[in-house]
Amino acid sequence: MIKTPIIISEQHYQKIKHLLARLCVESAARVVFLIDRDGQPIAFHGDIGNMDTTSFASLAAGNVAATSSMAKLIGEEAFPSVVHEGEQESIYICVIGRTLLVVVFDQRSTLGLVKLRSKRASHEIMAVLEEIARESQKSQEENSFFAEITDEEIDSLFS
Amino acid sequence: MTFINYASREINCKIVYYGPGLGGKTTNLQYIYDSTAPQAKGKLISLATETDRTLFFDFMPLDFGTIRGFKTRFHLYTVPGQVYYDASRKLILKGVDGIVFVADSQEERMDANIESLCNLEENLKEQGYDLMKIPYVLQLNKRDLPNIVPVEEMKAELQRKGEPVFEAVASEGIGVFETLKAVAKQVLTELRKSG
Repeated sequence: MIKTPIIISEQHYQKIKHLLARLCVESAARVVFLIDRDGQPIAFHGDIGNMDTTSFASLAAGNVAATSSMAKLIGEEAFPSVVHEGEQESIYICVIGRTLLVVVFDQRSTLGLVKLRSKRASHEIMAVLEEIARESQKSQEENSFFAEITDEEIDSLFS
Repeated sequence: MTFINYASREINCKIVYYGPGLGGKTTNLQYIYDSTAPQAKGKLISLATETDRTLFFDFMPLDFGTIRGFKTRFHLYTVPGQVYYDASRKLILKGVDGIVFVADSQEERMDANIESLCNLEENLKEQGYDLMKIPYVLQLNKRDLPNIVPVEEMKAELQRKGEPVFEAVASEGIGVFETLKAVAKQVLTELRKSG
């Protein structure tokens, strides 16, 4: 009983990439990510260098999951954002629906600027996510792509 | 929660290794990591204590190959087995697509197996899942040790729904890939049903 899969079309992906690119420039960030709360990377924009983005996404999701549970233990509903400040690099994470917007920035930017720009971007990203959720549900009902996969095709992956 | 990205043509699924402390969940992942080609895997992340006990989770992404032009990528997680890390275990179960229960075959660990399995059922229920419906495989690990419970007896105690059962010695890789393939196949078959 897998819950409805999230299906991201090329068009939605490009919309998200565009919003992340704009946020990255406006907040003078090094790199901006959008990550599913379960730890799946969705998209990013900026300088990732040698960063392992898959591990980064999984750890960011684990981090937010842990701090959200800590919030509940002290009687807070959730922490909508989390900040980690380092000597050179810092990370700002804010929760948008079932995703996380993660901004990695250095001394060229400030936490205040990152928060301000992220807030505006959050609303726009939320709108795209709502579209994705609606269409995922719809294509789940209409799309037979996965229903057409044969036993042989699945078996061939494991031979 | 399966994630299908048409732009990057990827299907991403989450598999969680569950079971009692020191049962061999991390060893399963470590073996998979050590014996997979570099291009098919990402880094193995271990959030462990100083004594190498899993504190939060171990994680590694693994590519299985392509199906109809989509790369199938499985994100493998382990949970901390020790009883008092229950809060962490609940978090890791979020969005799970398939589960491997790694049972410790030693006689003295049977109670721990049963307790951990009940804990799994409860935690799944809290997340809105039902063990009876989710892709699930039972692995009987440490079959090389002297004081082990016979397979039939373990199945009678631990098998819940006729799920596939694999005997394993994870430290030597015996049964590790068989277990993983069985659960991955169930996840894809389930995805097809929902499609």
